[in-house]
Formats: sequence, C-alpha cells, structure tokens
Amino acid sequence: MYALAESAPLVDPATADGTLSLLWLVVALPLAGAVVLLLGGRATDRWGHWLGTATITGSFVVSVLLFVDLLDRGEDERQVVLHLYDWIRVGGLDVGMDLLYDPLSALFLLLITGVGALIHVYSIGYMSHDPRRRRFFAYLNLFVAAMLLLVLAENYLVLFLGWEGVGLASYLLIGFWQHKPSAAAAAKKAFVINRVGDIGMALAIALLFVTFGTTSFSGVSALAGAATESTLTAIGLLLLLAACGKSAQVPLQAWLLDAMEGPTPVSALIHAATMVTAGVYLVVRSNFIFDLAPNAQTAVVAVAVVTLLWGAIIGCAKDDIKKVLAGSTMSQIGYMMLGAGLGVAGYAFAIFHLLVHGFFKANMFLGAGSVMHGMNDEVDMRRYGALRHAMPVTFLTFAMGYLAIIGFPGFSGFWSKDKLIETALADSWLVGLLALLGAGITAFYMTRLMLLTFLTSKRWRDDAHPHESPAVMTVPLIVLAALSVLGGVLLLGDWIVDWLAPVVGTAEHHEPPIPVLAVTALAVGVVAVGVALAWFLVGRHEVPVTPPQRVSLATRAARADLYGDAVNDHLVVRPGAALARGLTTADRRVVDGFFTGIAAGIGGLGRGLRRAQNGYVRSYALSVLGGGLLVVVALLAVTI
Amino acid sequence: MTAFWILAPVMVAAATAILFVRKAVHAALLLAVVMISLAVLYAVLEAPFLFAVQIIVYTGAIMMLFLFVLMLVGVDASDSVVETIPGQRVTAGVFGILLGVLLLIGIAQISLGTVVGLEEANSGGNIQGIANVLFSHYVFAFEVTSALLITAAMGAMVLAHRERLTPKPTQADRAAQRLRDYAETGAPLGPLPAPGVYARHNAVDTPALLPDGSPLPSSVSRVLVARGVVRSAPDLADDIDEVQRSLGVPAAGQGPAPATTEEEQP
Amino acid sequence: MSDPVPFIALSAVLFTIGAVGVLVRRNAIVVFMCVELMLNACNLALVTFAKQHGNLDGQVAAFFVMVVAAAEVVVGLAIIMTIFRTRRSASVDDASLLKY
Repeated sequence: MYALAESAPLVDPATADGTLSLLWLVVALPLAGAVVLLLGGRATDRWGHWLGTATITGSFVVSVLLFVDLLDRGEDERQVVLHLYDWIRVGGLDVGMDLLYDPLSALFLLLITGVGALIHVYSIGYMSHDPRRRRFFAYLNLFVAAMLLLVLAENYLVLFLGWEGVGLASYLLIGFWQHKPSAAAAAKKAFVINRVGDIGMALAIALLFVTFGTTSFSGVSALAGAATESTLTAIGLLLLLAACGKSAQVPLQAWLLDAMEGPTPVSALIHAATMVTAGVYLVVRSNFIFDLAPNAQTAVVAVAVVTLLWGAIIGCAKDDIKKVLAGSTMSQIGYMMLGAGLGVAGYAFAIFHLLVHGFFKANMFLGAGSVMHGMNDEVDMRRYGALRHAMPVTFLTFAMGYLAIIGFPGFSGFWSKDKLIETALADSWLVGLLALLGAGITAFYMTRLMLLTFLTSKRWRDDAHPHESPAVMTVPLIVLAALSVLGGVLLLGDWIVDWLAPVVGTAEHHEPPIPVLAVTALAVGVVAVGVALAWFLVGRHEVPVTPPQRVSLATRAARADLYGDAVNDHLVVRPGAALARGLTTADRRVVDGFFTGIAAGIGGLGRGLRRAQNGYVRSYALSVLGGGLLVVVALLAVTI
Repeated sequence: MTAFWILAPVMVAAATAILFVRKAVHAALLLAVVMISLAVLYAVLEAPFLFAVQIIVYTGAIMMLFLFVLMLVGVDASDSVVETIPGQRVTAGVFGILLGVLLLIGIAQISLGTVVGLEEANSGGNIQGIANVLFSHYVFAFEVTSALLITAAMGAMVLAHRERLTPKPTQADRAAQRLRDYAETGAPLGPLPAPGVYARHNAVDTPALLPDGSPLPSSVSRVLVARGVVRSAPDLADDIDEVQRSLGVPAAGQGPAPATTEEEQP
Repeated sequence: MSDPVPFIALSAVLFTIGAVGVLVRRNAIVVFMCVELMLNACNLALVTFAKQHGNLDGQVAAFFVMVVAAAEVVVGLAIIMTIFRTRRSASVDDASLLKY
C-alpha cells in the first residue's frame, strides 16, 4: 500500500471570512424551505414546488460563488471553517456547530446542489399530478439540507447529524407513496438496514472521542499518528460498517433495490447526488484514519470488489428498468469504494468517479422516469422497445449516460473508470482484473437495458401511448447529458488530483506493471466484448414479454438479488424473530410466572385469612379474649 | 364474712344462669339478683355510699333501662339455641375456664398482707370521705364525666330520633281516607258500634245485639276476641226474654232464633 | 377483719362468667348485660382493694366506673334500638355485613 509511505495531510482550516462566511446559507436555504413547506401546510400548496426549487437553486448559486472564491485562494488557504455556535459542551466534550469548507466539500456542494436543483426542476413536471407534491418538495429540501450538512461538517458529530437526517429523509421519500404496502415496507427496510450501519457510526464516534478526546476532523487528523494501529483499524472498520449501510455495500446492500419504490426523482437523488455517496465521502474524508490503518483499507477494497460484481450481476438479470439502474449504482459505488480503499492514489479518482457518476446516473434515472412517465408508469423493460422514435430527446440523453457509464472512449465514465482500474491494477492484479471484469459486465447489462428499452421491436401494452416528456423534464436531462459527456474535463492536466491534494495528499507516482495505454486498450476491449455479448444474446432475438423460466442457475440467483434478502432472512430476521418469541415465552412463563405466582400465593393466603373476617362480633371478641389470655399467661410466666 | 359466704354462691349461680336462660327478661332478673347481692357486699366492705348507688343507679336505673328496651324489642324474643358460628361455644368455654383458672392461680400467687381497713378513712363519714377525695384529687375527672354524660345523652337522642319522612296527615286527609276505605271495603264511616248495654249485664266483653237479636261481633274489642273471653250474647238474650215474660210483655222478636254458635268464633 | 382473697376470687369468677356470656349469647341485650356483669365484677375488686389499702380511692374509681357504665348503657341501648328498628332483629350475628 502506498499510504504507509507518507502521512495524510492535516486538516488545519483557517477561519472563514468574506464571501466564505456565507457558507451557512448553503445549508440554511433548503432547510428553511423544508421548514416553511412542512409547517406552512396547505397554504403553501400552490407555490410550494417553486419555493423548494428556488431554495436549492439559491444554494447552488451560493455554492458556485464560494467555489469561485476558493479557486482564487492559494493552495494552502483552501480550508476554512465557519463556527456557527457551540452545540454541545459537557465536561470534556466540546462540539461546535462547525462547517468545514475545503476542496472536497466544495466539489460535493456543487454536485449536490447542482444535480439536486436539476432534479427539483424535473420533479415539478414529474410530480405535477400528485396531490402531495408540496410535501414531496419539502422532503426533497430536507434531504438535500441533511446531505449538505453531512459534507460540510467539521466534526464527526455534526456529520452524524446530517447522516441521520439523510436517513430520515430517505425513509420519508422512499415511503412517499405510503398507501402502497410495498413502498412502506421498502422505506422501513431502508431505515432498518441504515440503522445497522449507524451503529458502526455511533461506535466509531464514541471510540474517536475516547481515543482522541475530540471528534473534530482537525483534532483527529492531528492526533491520528499517536494512536495505535489496532485502534485505528477498529475505527476504520466501524466507519466502513457505517459506509456500507449508507452506500449499500455488501452485506448491507439489500435496501437499495427496494428503494426503487419511491418516486423516480427520489431514486435519482439517492443514487446520484446524495445518500449513497455519503459512504464514499466518509471514507475519503477519514483518509487520515484509513491511511494509518492498512488492514481497514484492505477490508474496504474487499467489500468494494464484492459489491461492484454483486451489483453488476444483479443488473444483468433484472427486467425492471429502475432495478437495473439500482444494481448499476451499487456496482458503481463499489468502484468508488474501491478507489477510496486504495488509499492516497485512489481518493481523487474515487471522487472523480463519484462526480461523473452523479451526472450520468442522475441523467439515466431521470431518463428512466421520463420513459415511465410516457408509458403509464410501466417499469418492465420487456414491455418497452423501440422507444427511440417516440421519445427522441429522452433516447439521446439516455444514450449519453449509457456511453458514459460503460466507459466509451471520450465520455466521462471512460476517464474515471479507466483511472480506477489502472490504480487497482497497480495495487493488485487480482483486484484490477476483477474491476475489469466488472466493467465488462457493466457494458453488458447497460447495453441490454438500452436494447430492450429504446431499440428492438415494440412490445408495448395496448393502452400505452408513449410521448415525449414536457420541457421542464427534458431540459434537466439535456443539461445532465451534457455533463455526462463532458465530465472528463475535470481530469484535464490532472486537475482534480491537484485540487484534492490539500485534502487527501499526493501519491508518489508508481509505474503500473503494464503500460497505461495497454490498460486502456484492455478496458475498452473488455467493454466491447460486453457490448457485443449483449447484442448477440439480446439484440438479435425477439424478446419474450414474459421472462423465460428455464434459465440457468446464475440467472435465477441474480433475479433473486443473489439471495441477499434470503440471507438476511435466514441469518438475521428468522433467528431474531425466534429469539424474540423465545424471550417473550420465557418472559411470560418464567418471569411473569414467578411474579404472578407470588401474587397468586399471597392472594391465596389473603383469601384464607379473609375467612377470619367473618363479620361476627362474637368471633372477634373471642380473638380479643384469646389475646387477653395470652397476656395473662405471659404475666404469670414472668412472675412465677 | 357470713354475708359473703351466703351471697357468693347465689351470685355465681345467678351469673351462670344468665348464660343458659333463653329469655332475655329472665337474664335481666338474674342480673338484678347479682347486682343487689353486690350492693350488700359493698356494705360489708364498708362502702355505704356505693351500696346506695349500686341499688339506685344500677339496679334502679340501668336495669330498668334494660327492661324498657326489652319491652320495645319484644319480651317474647328468645334466643335460638342453634349456634351459628362453628366452634364458638366450645372455644369460648375453654377460653373462659382457662381464664378463670389462670386468674385464680394468679390470685393464689399473691400475698396481700394485712388488711388496713377503712375505719380511719371513714372516721368522718364514708360519704364525706368520698366527697373529699372526689372534689379534690379527682375533681377534673369528675368534670370530664359530666361532659361524657351529656355527650351520651345527646348520642342516645340522635340515635333514637326517627325522622318523619312524610307530611303529617291532617284532619281533611283522615276524613278523605275514611271515605275512600268505605268506598273500597265498606268499612264503617263513623266509630265502631259500642258493646252491649243491658239491664242486668253491662260490659265491654259482651257484644251488642242487632234489632233481630243476633250479636254484632265488631262491637267487641279484637283483643278480647283473641283472648277468647267474649261472653255469649244469646245467654243474655234468654235472660231478657225471661224478664219480658215475667213482666207479661210479649216477645219483641218472633224472628228466627239467634245463632248460638256464631259469636263463639273469634 | 375479713380476708380479701375470697372477694377477689369472686370478682374473677364473675368476670369470667361475664366474658363467656359475651361470647356465647347472641341477643345483643343479653350480651350487654354480660358486659355489665364484667364491669360489676371489676367494681367488686376495686372496693375490696379500697378496704385492703385503707383509702377511698378504690371506691371513687368504682364510682367512676358506674358513671361510665351508665353512659355506655345509654348509648349502647340506643344503638341496639336503631339496629332493631332497621333489621327487626336483636341478634348480634345478624349484623355481620362488615366482612369479606
């Protein structure tokens, strides 16, 4: 690993001044939008979506201003902190509501607010017929605000606040159509699985505080060198658990596919701009810990590789267009985690891939939404086909995203994925080869999606009348398509690597075992094979409208999400339920039995004694006489 | 001591009898025997004042009160011999014997020493001596007893008082009720007929005779009928006939002979 | 002069008889009488002890007992009357509602 050679750069921010002191506005605007829309109630129904879009657009404008300001600064002055107020000050715990603005958060800010704004605009059209549109925009604003707080936090506790906010907002949005039991269940599932990850986060924060006495990035990065490696490894693994939950990495991946129950813009927001990228952000942000904990890094790489193949394989077998895209997201996040796990050499490329993925995945999700919008909310690709004529704009923009994701030379995905595979190969040939394999599978299933949806023959249902979506939906698509194509410019002259250097450090240059050009050629070749395979297997034949049942074991497994749910069910849910049943039974029989037994015993005793209270005065008088007798006996006994 | 040895067996016997007699009145009389005997014993024990008080207050007032209440509750009310509480009698007997034995054992254990006697204390007269003690040393307790007696009197009055729940009937109400009874049951509007008034016999235990010579049962008190001491009017009717015959006056009624059995019925 | 022990013994016997009477008789008035019997037995002991000790305190105490007994009888009989009025019964066993 590279990381051992050098230590990560310190987080040592200056106090914000000038334009940068407007940093709080970025979070405050969408938050205010959410508050107004949620508390305003019906009164805001008419203009709520405009307000929601306006706040996020305002955030975007502020982000751009801040970015420009940051560009003007020298490389050493690109970390600023804005102290809003003291949040928690108890004993040794001193947590400020601090916002950190540095090159990393700057990029995230642009991505989140930019893509977020486009999704908001798109949602105006997409949700125009939904009676609860105002609430939808309130949740979207809340989601964005939480994510912005997450990436702007200067300490782990504020980050955790945003982290949980994202979890809450995702729960609300995935279950937005709560009248559908499947949506409610999906929301619950996402929430519960996220909680598992949050346990890791909470424990990591506690461990950080115990070890370093602080949770701020600056404090931890300054002190990280002093901690033992085992402590850092533990923290790293706990952070990885947290990242797995949020970023849907194996083994906490099961919620992502179900999350497609939410409205499509939500899927776009979750997959492109917010939520799932949080895990990658967390790992990159915590570079000062992972750089000193190589074992944790190895674990990150292992999880990443498994996930990128896992997601890709699931993507191959799904017929639901959104689920294919969800599988692809899982897989692409795996690439990012891979980059983050590779250490200093990979951080920049992970972020790079994250950005361009944000563009093309948002593009494709919104494109899918556009298709569904035109097809009466049909999601089965076997019912699509030949939509390129009916929806030319959607088709063209989607194609841009498609070419970007499979890594067609020149498109944004090509540059980012190529760099990641190259770095992985330089690190370990096995990881590199598996990443390469993933790229091939990606090409396969994305080509399949394209073929089934836009090419081949019509397989529409009778009542389907596909039409192009309104401008309010296609304009964001066009913008995102342009970004998908041109995202690669970020890499011009290694700009992004240099830009992020103050945050993640600079790697020594290592010559890869094989020449760079050869790697590129290899990658393009694998992609070409994947595309060709898809063409031969799918494109050439007539596609049956019902999925064939006599399929290979692998396909069956992939259709069942590689049995992720079944594993969860068998390993966690059923034992948990059995344990709960056992405990309730034990509680009822043993614990309750013990106490009700005591109560019953005393009750029986009382019933027996009650007989003495027979209401007869003479009987009581007899008792009195007996008592007197005892006294007399005692007196005699004393005197004699 | 002679008086004691005579009275003690009587008292114990009377007291024991209280436990066994069925009628409460007998118990009251037996208790009176015990109390009067006690009064005599007080006199023996040089307590003439208590002797008087025992007879006046206890035997005179309290026992009379008991008898009054017995009268109100019902003289006839006698205890049933069936014991309702299982084991009560046996246990009470055992406890009682045990208590008596223990007390006697206790008395046998003690030695009282020489008797001082009350000659000195009673030298100025027993009543004066008691008064001296009562109105000096015990004056406060004495005053408190007055409060106690007043409270008891008040309590008894409150307990015995019966609140009228309906308005008192007026004369008009009574008249209306009488008319209503007459309409419904044929009860006489006026007072019941007076008993028979005869030349040779004139008493409340003899029914009056109707014009046809038959007796009128409702003219005699129901109590006398219940006791079965009503005289037969026809006997008297015969007397009347005899008187009439001796005077040479023809018999007033040639109607049917008065029934002789009817008025025998209660 | 006279030996006090027989008087005390008589007092004890009368007291015991009274106590047993309270326990075995069911007519409230007779029960009351038995209570009076017990009080009288105590009075006898008090008067006996007055003579034994040669002062009048015992007699005064007996006097007080009589006063209290008079008050008690007045109230007690009034209670018995009230109970009889409502229940048409003078048996102490009938008034046994205050129980389990």
